[in-house]
Amino acid sequence: MNLLDSFLTRAALAGLGVAVAAAPLGCFVVWRRMAYFGDATAHAAILGVALALAFDLPIFAGVLFIALTMAMSVTFLANRGQSMDTLLGVMAHSALAFGLVAVSFLEGIRIDLMAYLFGDILAVGKTDLAVIWGGTLLVLALIGWRWSALLTATLNPDLAQASGIDPKREQFVLTIALALVVAVAIKVVGVLLIAALLLIPAATARHFAITPERMALLAAGIGGAAALGGLRAAYVFDTPTGPTIVCVAAILFAAANLLQVLRAR
Amino acid sequence: MSLIDIRGLAVRLGGRTVLHDVTFALEPGEIVTIVGPNGSGKSTLLRAIIGAVQPSAGMVALKPGLRIGYVPQRLHIDPTLPMTVRRFLGLPKHVTDDEAHMALHEAGVGDLGKRQMTDLSGGQFQRVLLARALLARPEVLILDEATQGMDQPASADFYRQIETVRRDLGCAVLMVSHELHVVMAASDRVICLNGHICCQGEPEHVASAPEYRALFGTGTQGALALYRHEHSHSHEHDHPHPHEHAE
Repeated sequence: MNLLDSFLTRAALAGLGVAVAAAPLGCFVVWRRMAYFGDATAHAAILGVALALAFDLPIFAGVLFIALTMAMSVTFLANRGQSMDTLLGVMAHSALAFGLVAVSFLEGIRIDLMAYLFGDILAVGKTDLAVIWGGTLLVLALIGWRWSALLTATLNPDLAQASGIDPKREQFVLTIALALVVAVAIKVVGVLLIAALLLIPAATARHFAITPERMALLAAGIGGAAALGGLRAAYVFDTPTGPTIVCVAAILFAAANLLQVLRAR
Repeated sequence: MSLIDIRGLAVRLGGRTVLHDVTFALEPGEIVTIVGPNGSGKSTLLRAIIGAVQPSAGMVALKPGLRIGYVPQRLHIDPTLPMTVRRFLGLPKHVTDDEAHMALHEAGVGDLGKRQMTDLSGGQFQRVLLARALLARPEVLILDEATQGMDQPASADFYRQIETVRRDLGCAVLMVSHELHVVMAASDRVICLNGHICCQGEPEHVASAPEYRALFGTGTQGALALYRHEHSHSHEHDHPHPHEHAE
């Protein structure tokens, strides 16, 4: 019997894949204070789902396209004098609303909206798994390739510019990586909780890291532990899996902070 | 050939003309200081040189392959970003431990390698920035208000370090500063900027120029003379000493 025939094994591998992709990107989201940017991109993904279903395209493609469009229009508008804060507030919720409305237009297609909003990790098939790990490897390759330049641009755009690095190009690399992670993670935790999976492991890792690289590795470990722990807890307590994964991550975050407070005494 | 050659440069930012008709050249090995009031376009000029802003007119020509060491005005490291001094020095290009050690030494700080950037004092932080800039083996060192937040003796110290670096590495230095009296003593040439170049030349010439006095008044003259007097033994004068400053 093939190991991948078990839905629990597939779910575990899917959760690990998303955790590994989200970790290094999540660190940049934390360092660059892009939390709402991640949220907006993820919320827009529901519009991508509607689009994919309407035109009979793979969900992954539709989500990737919309997430990318969303991230790029935010970047474009932010350079045009709009406050980033307001802009993201407007776009995140408008995109979600338009997505939900668009889905309701799809007559004859019965879709489980909850699965896209909160994820359906137990329904991950072999093709989904291939898409998730393909996307994860792509994200890792992209961020690994640009790592030094991304870090320099994150520290200070002018510092990067003087070293011959174009900070706008690095921002674009992050945008692509973010769209990829959203497209990969939608099946696992759903659009509403993707940002949590980016932020919480990275924020938890911060206390225990002395270099950016270690923070990214730790975040991957913490995200993986949350995915596996959440899967197990959801099985034991019979709770929805996506939210349970985020709950476990949040508990790890709280524990890390508590430990930090105790250690400081 | 000049390291940096700027002709008729104009820069517009957000619909406002920040710089216009700026023409000057930086020659190998010289220390040039840009002074000017707030909002006079000093930082913009430096940013135009490193390519962070585009000229709206004129041109900025750099010697092909020019190696620039840049020390930004303020570097805020987000507290969520863990960063040791050693790791910082290796950005964006990897450097060996020996190179890192050497650069810290040249910048006048000891072995801070394992310390977190956010734990450093203001003076140490700026020297680490300087060390990082030196790792590029720069032909020109560009400093934007590098001593902000330091007290006066500390910044005087810092600028003496810059002179040492110039002597040891032979690089040119282009810097912006508010602390006229401290910086001017260490400069070969001063450019007084206020949207355009008001006046330029040797420090004594600029300090006594009417355009400069119109911008800064005569208040800093005493401090300049004082500084010159204290440190006159460390300067070589190939020009007559300006006796009108000796108060």
